[in-house]
Amino acid sequence: MKASRKEALTALVFVSPWIIGFTLFLLYPLLASVYYSFCNYSVLKPPVWVGLANYRNLIRDDVFRDSLVNTLVYAAMALPTGMAVAIGLAMMLNAKVKGQTFYRTIFYVPSLVPGVPLAVLWLWVFSGKQGIINAVIQPWLDALSRALVHLHLHVTLTAPQWLTNATWAKPALVLMSVWGAGNAMLIYLAGLQDVPQHLYEAAELDGAGWWSKTWNVTLPMLSPVILFNGVMGIIGALQIFTIPYIMFPGGSPARSTYFYAMYLYDNAFLYLKMGYACAMGWIMFVITVALTVFALKLSSRHVHYGGS
Amino acid sequence: MDFRKLGLPALALVVVWAAYKSEQIPRIEQKPGPVHITYWEKWTEFEGDAIKAVVDRYNSRQNRIHVDLLSVSDIEKKTLLAVSGGNPPDVAGLYGPNVAQYADDSAVMPLDDFCKSYHITRDDYIPVYFDIGFYNNHIYSLPSAPASTALHYNKQMFRDAGLDPEKYPTTIEELDALADKIVTRKNGHIDRSGFMPAEPGWWNWGWGCVFGGKLWDVKTGKVTANSPENVRAYNWVRTYTDKYGAGELSTFRSGFGNFSSPQNAFLSSKVAMELQGVWMYNFIDQYAPSLEKPVLNWAAVPFPHPADRPDLANMTFADEDVLVIPRGARHPKEAFDFISYVESQEGMELLCMGQRKHSPLSHVSDTFYSKHPNPYIKLFADLPKSPTVVSPPKTGIWPEYQAEMVAAFEQVSLGKKTAKEALDYVQNRVTMINDDYQAQLKARREAGK
Repeated sequence: MKASRKEALTALVFVSPWIIGFTLFLLYPLLASVYYSFCNYSVLKPPVWVGLANYRNLIRDDVFRDSLVNTLVYAAMALPTGMAVAIGLAMMLNAKVKGQTFYRTIFYVPSLVPGVPLAVLWLWVFSGKQGIINAVIQPWLDALSRALVHLHLHVTLTAPQWLTNATWAKPALVLMSVWGAGNAMLIYLAGLQDVPQHLYEAAELDGAGWWSKTWNVTLPMLSPVILFNGVMGIIGALQIFTIPYIMFPGGSPARSTYFYAMYLYDNAFLYLKMGYACAMGWIMFVITVALTVFALKLSSRHVHYGGS
Repeated sequence: MDFRKLGLPALALVVVWAAYKSEQIPRIEQKPGPVHITYWEKWTEFEGDAIKAVVDRYNSRQNRIHVDLLSVSDIEKKTLLAVSGGNPPDVAGLYGPNVAQYADDSAVMPLDDFCKSYHITRDDYIPVYFDIGFYNNHIYSLPSAPASTALHYNKQMFRDAGLDPEKYPTTIEELDALADKIVTRKNGHIDRSGFMPAEPGWWNWGWGCVFGGKLWDVKTGKVTANSPENVRAYNWVRTYTDKYGAGELSTFRSGFGNFSSPQNAFLSSKVAMELQGVWMYNFIDQYAPSLEKPVLNWAAVPFPHPADRPDLANMTFADEDVLVIPRGARHPKEAFDFISYVESQEGMELLCMGQRKHSPLSHVSDTFYSKHPNPYIKLFADLPKSPTVVSPPKTGIWPEYQAEMVAAFEQVSLGKKTAKEALDYVQNRVTMINDDYQAQLKARREAGK
């Protein structure tokens, strides 16, 4: 046996656990789900081929449409908010101040909290009556209401019912998503370290201030990282599941927080419509790919790769 | 030798071998001695202890069969996956409303022959509890611990409002009037409430039944979500929104803690009257001793009926945990022997006393109720015998139907839709779901032949 062939065999033996795992637990289920999406399949009985029926039924399914709209609206709110917060934090934590490492750790740690305890914790934070957020907001709103009285405006401003009001439930989730900005922040922070110092120096020589430097140097140099985080953010936001599933059972209030992945899960495991759920999964895949391609196209003119 | 040619067949071989081995794992050889059967049950804590006591008693009484009890969360989903994987437990403790869905796809075994040989009949039970497991002319499950509901009220809150604590409401109109008298406000916001249809929220799908409505026409298999009675009920729900304001009610509700905590709305004397189940006593006992001692400050009474429908008196929601033998169970005979012990008076009373519930059996020992800690247990045992008893519709689409009814309830109580609009929508949607479901079920059955 030639040495190179022996080497290849050794390599294959070493990667075989991954190959087997990938084939059995990822590739096979993935391909099977394509097939099931064209089947009437309850998990309990063998699948029966129904062609495009699942896809056709999805088109006339109001709850499918509502859950998709909810998810897209949430993504449209959460993505820019999360990015702005993560970039802002990264820029602040990039500043050379005393205790820099400490602050970086502090802002990163929240993103390590797993979804379920996080959801339970935020149920308390958002609670309309005893929640800490409203406890902080309400006195300010009261003061504002009193001030408005002087202007002959008699309105009573009350803090939002984050968990029980259909208008405020999604913003609550967006607010919460910021809690997990630590991961993106860390990537931005790494990106910021890569911005060549000489560009700042050149800009300074040209008389650029803080804003000019941020706009003309930092953000363009950070753009590949922004694109990466943007794409990851799109994928993450479209798949939102754990936290609303725990905080808003059944997508309450009035299905305002019934997201795509929740409806998919209910179809698969509660209503035993696995074929339908598989079709939903593939539609979400197509949407995600489409949005990602859109993001890449949109960014092609605005992303600067430092090396090229 | 070209290695690349060998790679793919080798990989395929490994995959096939792994699949073969993984299929072998569940088929454990029977060792000599008693037949071991596995029993999956959802309960933990004292309810789990009650089940364990029954299993232990059964195991100690004979030496042919040994039941291995396993506490399993999300039991209905795990049983489902275990059945489809061909490795289910011998006995599974599911929820009543699962039965139709699982029976539709033959995921659970019919128990008719076993029942016949063990002389178990409908007469042995309070009928509603037997009927929950009786579907398409077959017995698919037998009851374990049952439940029924009643109006629970806080006598101290009645006194605080200057009301006679012994004068509880018997009609919906009296309930509404008392609720108005009990409500108190602090800084313009509700501080205590008499009654709220959304609390605790577990029967939001079923308010129509209180007004005589049905969700399902058993004879025709048709959806009846927007029957006049159901619309009337949701209109009644809406009166609370109109009276107190959707925002105000949700602000008030947002102050309640978890059900299983001292901050529970009823236990913390925030809501004076609630529709609750037989289990509520356990939580009163655990979290609100002031409702029990020094004097009994709570009571359970039949839920009120509309004044113009006295025929609907004593309405209760009956539900139960059930025991099933999943399809593919290794030891169905032995499994049923164990189930038959649970269904015996001795086994059932051990279980229900331990879980502090009533017995689903028609015959109960003389001492069962006198020894029972719940002072109102007799009421919970009697209500399910009433002709007005309601249990969730037996249909495989019930989980989806229920979700639609709950969504409609929320839309009505938030003032987003009128009762008629919301229920007409449910009617159309669930009719469509039902038609699809029946067609799909038929296709699967025909393909399975």
